[in-house]
This record gives sequence, C-alpha cells and structure tokens, in this order.
Amino acid sequence: MAERKFRVVHYLNQFFGQVGGEDKANIPPEARDGALGPGMGLKAALGPEAEIVGTVICGDGYFAENIETATAQTMELVKKFNPDLVVAGPAFNAGRYGTACGAVCVAAQEQLKIPALTAMFAENPGVDLYKKELYIVATGDSAASMRQALPKMAALMLKLLRGESIGHPDEEGYIARGIRKNIIADKPGAARAVDMLVAKVKGEPFTSELPMPKFDRVAPNPPIKDMTQATIALVTSGGIVPSGNPDRIEASSATKFGKYNIAGVDDLTSEAYETAHGGYDPTYANNDPDRVVPLDVLRDLEREGKIAQVFDYFYSTVGNGTSVANSAQFGAEIAQDLKEAGVDAVLLTST
Amino acid sequence: MRLELGKIKISDLAFGPQTKVEAGTLYVNQAELEALILEDPALKSCTVHLAKPGEKTRIVPVKDVVEPRCKVSGPGGPFPGFISKVNPVGSGRTHVLSGAAVVTTGKIVGFQEGIIDMSGPGADYTPFSKTYNVVLDIEPVEGIEQYAHERAVRLAGLKTAVYLGEAGKDIKPDEIEVYELDPFTEAAAKHPNLPKVAYLMMLLSQGLLHDTFVYGVDTKKLLPTIIHPNELFDGAIVSGNCVSACDKNTTYHHLNNPVVKELYRRHGQDICFLGVVISNENVTLEDKERSSGYATKLIQMLGADAAVISEEGFGNPDADLIMNCERLEASGIKTVLLTDEYAGRDGASQSLADISPQADAVVSAGNANELIQLPPMETVIGNLAVTDVIAGGFEGSKAADGSLTVELQAIMGATNELGFGYVRGINY
Repeated sequence: MAERKFRVVHYLNQFFGQVGGEDKANIPPEARDGALGPGMGLKAALGPEAEIVGTVICGDGYFAENIETATAQTMELVKKFNPDLVVAGPAFNAGRYGTACGAVCVAAQEQLKIPALTAMFAENPGVDLYKKELYIVATGDSAASMRQALPKMAALMLKLLRGESIGHPDEEGYIARGIRKNIIADKPGAARAVDMLVAKVKGEPFTSELPMPKFDRVAPNPPIKDMTQATIALVTSGGIVPSGNPDRIEASSATKFGKYNIAGVDDLTSEAYETAHGGYDPTYANNDPDRVVPLDVLRDLEREGKIAQVFDYFYSTVGNGTSVANSAQFGAEIAQDLKEAGVDAVLLTST
Repeated sequence: MRLELGKIKISDLAFGPQTKVEAGTLYVNQAELEALILEDPALKSCTVHLAKPGEKTRIVPVKDVVEPRCKVSGPGGPFPGFISKVNPVGSGRTHVLSGAAVVTTGKIVGFQEGIIDMSGPGADYTPFSKTYNVVLDIEPVEGIEQYAHERAVRLAGLKTAVYLGEAGKDIKPDEIEVYELDPFTEAAAKHPNLPKVAYLMMLLSQGLLHDTFVYGVDTKKLLPTIIHPNELFDGAIVSGNCVSACDKNTTYHHLNNPVVKELYRRHGQDICFLGVVISNENVTLEDKERSSGYATKLIQMLGADAAVISEEGFGNPDADLIMNCERLEASGIKTVLLTDEYAGRDGASQSLADISPQADAVVSAGNANELIQLPPMETVIGNLAVTDVIAGGFEGSKAADGSLTVELQAIMGATNELGFGYVRGINY
C-alpha cells in the first residue's frame, strides 16, 4: 500500500507568487493548486514524502493594512487544501512579507492545530514578532540566498511532519526562539565559569550561556520649558528625499542618511520631493511628502509664534529592513549634528 | 595557609556493633548514633536509615546534606561555632569520609525541602544519589516552633557528620589533597603576569529559614568579609537554608565548594587566585546596596582583575547578583556570574528577576522549572505526602502508583549555583 503523502500549503506574497510587483501589493488572498515560484524548489527539496498541494498568495500591502481580515481569509483558503503543514516565504528582509508569513504560520498552528514554518533574514521585523512561537529558518537578506534556504526549510518541514524532535538552532538552521532548555554539559558549571572568566580577562571570545535580552533604553530628556523659544528639527525614517534621490539612499537596508536644506521652503511638494522607501505603498507619500515630513504645519506654527523656528535642514533615511547597528549609528551622527547646531527638539517621523 | 585533606574513600555502608571504617566500608552503630542525636531535648525521635547508590529508594523531604569530617591536626575543629570552638580553621590536616554523606530529613516547612532518588532518572540530577547516605529521620518534640526545629535538625546533621568523621581519624587516607594559598600580596607578587582572580560567594540570608552561618554567625548580620578558601573545607560555612532544593547550597556543597577547587586547580597556571569574599543576600534595598558596595570594595582592595560571582537561591537574590555584577564591572573588575534559571516549564519566560547589559558572561546551571517524571520507588524514607506542597511539586504531583511529576526545583542540588553539576541552560 502506497503511503499517504504529507500535504503542504505554501503562502507567498504577490511578488514571489508571480502576480506582480508593488503595483499588485493590494491584492487580497487567492489560492492556486500546486506549487509555484519558490514552491518549485521547495517541492524538489521535499522529495516524495510530502507534496505542496496548494499555494495561497496575498499582496503585502493588503496584508499589512488588513492583518486580521487577511489572516482569516488566508486561513479559509488554506483549510480547503486540508494540509498537514503550512510553510510561508522565505521572506528574506521584506518586513511586510515577513510579518505576513509569521501571522499566517501562527494562525495555522493555533487555528488548524498543524505545524507551520517560515524563513527570513534575522533582522526582518517578523523575527522579533514571531520567533517565540515559530520555527523561522534563517536566510540571507535577499532572494540571492534562496538556494541555500529551501533545503534547510524542507529538512525542518519533514521533521515537523514526522513529529520528530527538533534539535538545536545551530544544527537545524532556525533562528533561536529564546526557549530555554536543559542539557548536560561536558564540564561542571564551576569549571565553565573559570574558563569563561579567563577568556573574558584575556579579551578572547566567549559565549555567555544566558544571553541578556536586548537593551536599548534611552532616558527621555526633560521637556522643553518654553516652546516659543525652541528650534525644532525634522528627522524621518520614511525616506523623503529631493526628487531623484541625489544621495541614492537604498530602498531597503539603508547604509546612509541624507541632510537636506529646507530654508525658505514652505511645503514639500510632489514635484520637488519623493520617497526612497521601498517597504510601503509610496502613493500617498509621493502625492504629498508633508504626510511623512510635516513641514507645512510646522511652518504654520512658526508663523503663529508657537515655536521659534524650524531648523534649516531635515534628515532622512529609509527604515525598511535597516539594521539596528546602522540605525544606531545614523542616530548618533544626526544627534551630534543637531546638538552642534543648537537645535532644541526633534520631531521624529516614520512611515 | 596550608591544609591537607586526607580522603578516605567510602564504597559501602552497613549497620554494625561499632561505628568504624574498615576496607572502605563505613559501619554505623545505629543505637549509639540515635542516642547521641536524642541528647537534644528539642527532639522526640530519630531513626537512622541507610541509602546506597542504585537502590530503589526515595528520600523526601531533605533538609541538609553534610560530609563526615574530622580534624587530625592543626587548630580548631569541624563546624566552628556549632560543634567546635570558634578558633580559625583551614590549616593542618583534616580527614574526610569521601563518598559518605549525612542526610537530614523531617518536615520543617514542608514546601521547601527536596528529593533525593538513589536510582532512576531523578538520580542523574542530584550528586547525593552517588553518595552512601546515613539518613536521619527526625521528629521534634510537640509544640516546637519552626526555627527551633530547623536549628535542632541542623545541629543533628553536623553532630552526626563529626561522629562519623571521627571514625576516619586513624585511617590512612587513600589520597591526600593539599590546599595552600599565600597571602594575596605574596600570591600577586609571585604571579605578576597572571590575571588576579577573586571569588565573590553570595550566601542566602533572607531569614525565615533561609539562612547561612559563618563561624556560627548569622550572615544576615554580616558585613561582607574575606575568608580563606581553606576555612570552607573545615566547615566554617554551614547551611541553615530551607529554600528550594535545587539551588540551595547544602553544607556538603560548602565543604566541597567547586569554584574554590577550580580556582585552586588553576592557580599559578592561567590565573592567580587571591581569595574568597563572602557576602549575603538580605531582603531590603539598603542591605543589598551596603553589601554589594562593601563586597566590591573588598575585592578592589585585594587588587583583583576579575571575579567569579556565585548566587544562592533565586528571585530576590537575582537583584543582589546583578548589583554585585554592575558594581564590580563599573570598578573595572571583570565578572562571570554563576546562576540558574526560572524560565517557566515551557522555557519561554525571562530567566532572571533582574538583568543587566553588564552581565555579559553568565554560566547557567539550568532551568529549574523544567519538568521531570520520577517513577515510584520501592522504599521511601521520610514522607511522600509532602510532595504535593514541596517547591517544584504541585497539586497532583503524586500519581496513584507513587510516581511523581515535579520541576527540577524539587531535586536536591539539581541546578546548584556553585557550579557543582553538569546541567546547563541553552537557547533553543
């Protein structure tokens, strides 16, 4: 008797689902039979034991703007395939896609009570949102790492389908979920402690057995006492730049920020400014860049005497998939610049 | 200061007409020992049991474990301030019945004593499944209050350890370990190129049966102080601690402090061991600040480049641990922390009650909340009924067949924060 194949449903965004680019980011979930796009590679890696019986595709914009509805619609479509497992992505460093993949997988685990798995770059915002609940295979930051990602995903999928125990993140290739487990070490704790201390004193590498959670607490400054005397600057991660993007700020994973003179500018018009950000629907920002960098209303406040003045420059970068390390560096440089210029306060805007 | 530890290997245990060690067997005169313990008017009854490695025996609830020792030469005697006078100890020669242990049991607070399984899966998590145990099942007189009860049981354990230890006084040890450490100025001068390392040992001192004693002094009232590591080997530090079984330091752990042994082992090789500072874990913020500030100052005065910090207990003492770490690091003294974790049964919660970016080098003795199934045992010494209320046990812990589902927390020494064991936590 032929053994029954495991049934897998694959979730993809509009781009990897071959529907279209950002222009199709608003499509609601739709189902297709069988595998497509990255699903073809996954199918090959899975071998004969499992079959991708269907693919559900949804636009990243639609999902991001309607998370609850989109999740419910996706689940309806997934359910019809009667799957044993749901796989999503890989989403690489696409933030909206990663978040959607995480939401779909968690819903599959919770509502359909079946295992689920996704894959993305370690710095994708979807990782922090979902890693505790999900196995997320680690990928590179772009589709260039697809070939390496798919076999790792397939191997872990088969383990989940067979109900096998899942090994350590380093062996299995998933992002550590922050779940603490006990193992038996090869040395007693006291010996490990002295080993670690000797390494630390010598400046040699060592690995703490209990990594501390991330710390990024910034103590707020005291409030401005008198706003009528304050110089206010504008800083954004929403990617607003002069038309043509003169500094070539990247659409994602930015490595730089721009500083642009707005002395004498009353309003950021669609002719003179645009967004360089590749992670959200740019229509509204491009129609009126003040929606992201509200210079127009600040000029009103300046005229009314409610603030002393708007600083002559605004700063802009793209927050889309940009690493914490880069962001921290941009922040420090911008803050130094503003401090030297005697700016009193900053209005920070995102997308 | 130089101490010879003569280790007499104990590889079997039996009752006999005379308490003695012969060819590796410890014989115990049951009646004589019981009578000795019952000299204490606070105690009503005492039954001595024997438990050997591999037996299908469960001991519960365990309060303390003590290793039999006796002084052969040199000043003072074992457990100064309790059994011996308060002369400084740690030099001369001490004999150890290595492989034997005194285990005290009896219901004191009920929910804070632990389990020792002599075989099965639970045995892997406690060092006391590998020792030949003389178990004292002790009942106090009616109407005794908890503190007096704890004290009586504590003294019975120490008394028994010395009574048995005396049997090794004239026996030729199988092995002699020598522990000698120069004054810290001389040690530092001898090893100018090695990192100078101190050991900050935190002792539980919360009161309410969470206490530790040094030369008989309650450590709640202690300003942090310097102690010679050899003093530990003679029982200068005694546990009066009934807090959770997995990460309390029993008197046995203090007598065999693995951090001290490891620092000794590596002294002159890749570190220069300066000495031990003991500090407490009191409950008020003022006490915590006073003690961590004072301990840090002492370690600075020793001239240390680095320090190992070991915690005892969990929760509230996590604040002391992190405070000690931050103050030492702020003084330029590099730290490694020895602790255990309470990350929940699913391992998904934050492991410590306090955290700091300075705590970048932590050794974890494991997640104490992890569940373990303990099969039924043929013999139970003590009282199995307490397992529903033991720390780490819970309602329904005990199945009809006598098997138990408990957190590791309930097992004696399972996640010991002196780094005595091999269990460690890891990120999945």
